[in-house]
Amino acid sequence: MRPYPELCRLTVIELTAMLKRGETTSAEITQAYLASIAAQNGTLNAYLDVFAGPALAQAAQSDERRLAGQPLSPLDGIPVALKDLILVEGHRCTCGSRMLADFVAPYSATVVEKLRAAGLPILGKLNMDEFAMGSSNENSAFGVCRNPWDTTRVPGGSSGGAAAAVAAGMAPFALGSDTGGSIRQPASFCGVVGVKPAYGTVSRYGLVAFASSLDQIGPLAKTAEDAALLMGVVAGRDPRDATSDGTLSTDFSLAVPETLEGITVGMPRECFGEGLAMPVYHAVQAAAGQLRAMGARVVETSIPSLPYALSAYYVLSSAEASSNLARFDGVRYGYRVREYADLDELYRKSREEGFGLEVKRRIMLGTFALSSGYQDQYYLKAQQARELLRHEFGQALAGCDALLTPVAPTFAYKLGEKTDDPMEMYMGDLYTVPANLTGLPAVSVPCGHTEEGGVTLPVGMSLTGARDGLARLLSIAAAYERRNRPNAGLHPYEHLRKGGEGA
Amino acid sequence: MNWEMVIGLETHVELNTLSKVFCTCATAFGAEPNTHVCPVCMGLPGALPVFNEAVLTRAAMAGFALNCHVHHRSRFDRKNYFYPDLPKAYQISQFYRPICENGWLTVQTSAGEKKIGITRIHIEEDAGKLLHDEENGTMLDMNRCGVPLIEIVSEPDIRSAEEAVGYLRKVRAILTYIGVSDCRMNEGSLRCDVNLSIHKPGEPLGVRTEMKNLNSFQSVERAIQAEYERQVAAVESGEEIVQETRRYDQKTGKTTTMRRKENSADYRYFPDPDLPEVRLTDEDMAAITAAIPTLPDARREAYMREYGLTAYAAEQLTAERWLAEYFEETAALAQSPVNVANLLQGEVFALVGARAAEAEKNGAKPLEGRESLPVEPAHLARLSDLLNAGRVNSSTGKKILAAMFAEDCDPETYAQTHELFTVGDDSVLVEAVNRALEENPAMVDSYRKGKLSVEKALMGKAMAITRGKANPERLAELLGQALAAFSSQP
Repeated sequence: MRPYPELCRLTVIELTAMLKRGETTSAEITQAYLASIAAQNGTLNAYLDVFAGPALAQAAQSDERRLAGQPLSPLDGIPVALKDLILVEGHRCTCGSRMLADFVAPYSATVVEKLRAAGLPILGKLNMDEFAMGSSNENSAFGVCRNPWDTTRVPGGSSGGAAAAVAAGMAPFALGSDTGGSIRQPASFCGVVGVKPAYGTVSRYGLVAFASSLDQIGPLAKTAEDAALLMGVVAGRDPRDATSDGTLSTDFSLAVPETLEGITVGMPRECFGEGLAMPVYHAVQAAAGQLRAMGARVVETSIPSLPYALSAYYVLSSAEASSNLARFDGVRYGYRVREYADLDELYRKSREEGFGLEVKRRIMLGTFALSSGYQDQYYLKAQQARELLRHEFGQALAGCDALLTPVAPTFAYKLGEKTDDPMEMYMGDLYTVPANLTGLPAVSVPCGHTEEGGVTLPVGMSLTGARDGLARLLSIAAAYERRNRPNAGLHPYEHLRKGGEGA
Repeated sequence: MNWEMVIGLETHVELNTLSKVFCTCATAFGAEPNTHVCPVCMGLPGALPVFNEAVLTRAAMAGFALNCHVHHRSRFDRKNYFYPDLPKAYQISQFYRPICENGWLTVQTSAGEKKIGITRIHIEEDAGKLLHDEENGTMLDMNRCGVPLIEIVSEPDIRSAEEAVGYLRKVRAILTYIGVSDCRMNEGSLRCDVNLSIHKPGEPLGVRTEMKNLNSFQSVERAIQAEYERQVAAVESGEEIVQETRRYDQKTGKTTTMRRKENSADYRYFPDPDLPEVRLTDEDMAAITAAIPTLPDARREAYMREYGLTAYAAEQLTAERWLAEYFEETAALAQSPVNVANLLQGEVFALVGARAAEAEKNGAKPLEGRESLPVEPAHLARLSDLLNAGRVNSSTGKKILAAMFAEDCDPETYAQTHELFTVGDDSVLVEAVNRALEENPAMVDSYRKGKLSVEKALMGKAMAITRGKANPERLAELLGQALAAFSSQP
């Protein structure tokens, strides 16, 4: 086992308390994380770019502020890492694509400005599926990212780098993006908390768009409380994003209840049927039991249109993506083929060579779904399914505080296991896409483990809440974590050691 | 039976907001390339559009002024196609739910008044500009990317080039009246696509062709004529008209094929997920309609009714808002509005035109609008009155007007200091007549021999003796009397 700095075991809550008491410095924390990255990234490939120098400089400035008694925020000095589709001025933003391999962001995303204003040093940029299209991080043009629990397995995707980094103590927390589960599913595969805020909670300005009506930036963290802290920094209406919603609450200071008396948790029966791996089923059922034991009322509920969600999602997300990704044409920036006969060939070849297979598949699918003559059958039908789901989730949530479901039908699978079967890969998004289609907030929380061939792997549960109910969801999750935090204080490798297998 | 042309126009008008439609970059024309740009209008990854509400107000006002139904709710759609001047590879436009529909306007033609329907008006963003250069190849100026446009789509109600130009002039007049655009065709703030087909009246419509981006009234007129003649010749020689986009070449005066329909793109319009629905409340609409000034048609009718102007004069004076306002202000101060109208359409327009031509010759930008007419309405009203009362005659009037253009002076004071008032005193005029007769015995002789036309020449001589200041009617009268004495002699 490589050196693993003790500071990297701690939650952000613990780190901020130490900073406040003067027991550590931002420089010390940042150095610890940089050391952890240096030790592990060769194996895991979670980071595509590490901002060591700038991060240390920011940490030094943070320590000066704290020394002067003027920290910018409670999180001043806590380093953070970003999925590589969030723009940081002056740094490359590749989106995991050959197309943008050399693209240097000329401006910063709103979330980055907010992180800076709150004093958080930025550690670097995290690996991902190309343009956030994928569920295993195997679609990255810069190599697969590996699951720290078992490096022969995928970390999930598309925010695979973010989940692996937080799980392996290479970042205290991170920002990812979630279009159909891209934060929550890798969080579940890597045993961390992942948050998909309600659509409009976090500004998308400076987030490279995959599917504009579904994309949300959100945190991945060790705990729900840590995630809430980061939400408090990045949430809020942005005049530069017309879809950001000023009516949503930006207060993420959690009141964590001792019990869950008075809380009703619904379990949609459609989420516990065929295709769900037994260990996941059992882990989520066990979590339901724990919630019940804490005083919650757990009831069965129904989302009858759930079977349409996946198709609707793939039609709509691909349709929007086909338009969003059209700007990568080799004309102004990004990959341009060296030789071309005319403008048409410049477009065709640059896109053919710049994009990977999955991205091209989605562009084709989306272009088809929007074509005249087919739009009614596909795009409009999918919009109707979306409306139906919104309605049904609204009804289900009228009687519940949260809906409990699996995050994904399986735990982390082997690298290469599903790459030849895109349909099977898409099926993995079954439980996560509804939150994007409906715009509702959802949280992925570690709830247990499964032993697979002598390897311990984490399993997560998902809580979905009402549109302005994210703080409430996080409070429920935090209450749950106080009783049951399966991965507390341990590095994934150490679970193996604990299990006596050794790494 | 003759072939009839059937025309529909798509007019793109740049709205005169200070900033672009989806970002805060300046819209000013003529800046250094790529200086009025930002991540949003350059379509950089991660950038998002935010709708500029000033565009909404202007588009709605245009809709009301063009008698449209203005919707409480409209929405933006993406029009997807690849072209290097379109950095996002889609144009944000309104396809499914435009802001305005079902309007109309009327034009005055040689055959009388004609009503032309307006199908819709929608908001969209302009594209950039490609500059082709031998040395550097093709370069892209993105300053124009995101400049707000409205596209006004007419019904295929237009039947002649005259009506087409009349329609465009009326659109320009109305939009400049309400102040939503400067409608300068030479700067591209008003551009026009012409859809044209031919048929025999009573028979089904023919296949139409489209001519894009015509940027002067003259080229619209000529392109229509040329395309009409081409289609007639083609059909009469048994060819089929193909649906296509054609280019009008100003040099050859002909239209040529640019793009065939079968190669045209499927734009895959869909609602832009980055932009929420656009809403106008009843209060917004009331405020917008209240801000609309009296429009040219209403003013034209008022000028005819209240001032007794001819339809032609009224149309001319209402072509632009500043001119109508100038006329109204002047007419209110003058004794004879008709005289003011004549003065404006005659000597004043001539001077304005001459000054513009002079400026252009010197490579300067001609003054436009109210600035091209450097005379106070009160001063012009006084000149009109002086002329009307015969206190100055038309030739000194011209002199005085030229002086007023040079330094906006009071015509009365100027006439006084330069002794330009009409001389009406009979003793002076009789003396001038007598001198003219004495100094030109040969003319008098011709007259006596029956060549009555020399009277005009003698009038000029007498007028010159008064240095042009004589009251021309009285002088003519006195000359006539003097000559009558000659002719009555045996």
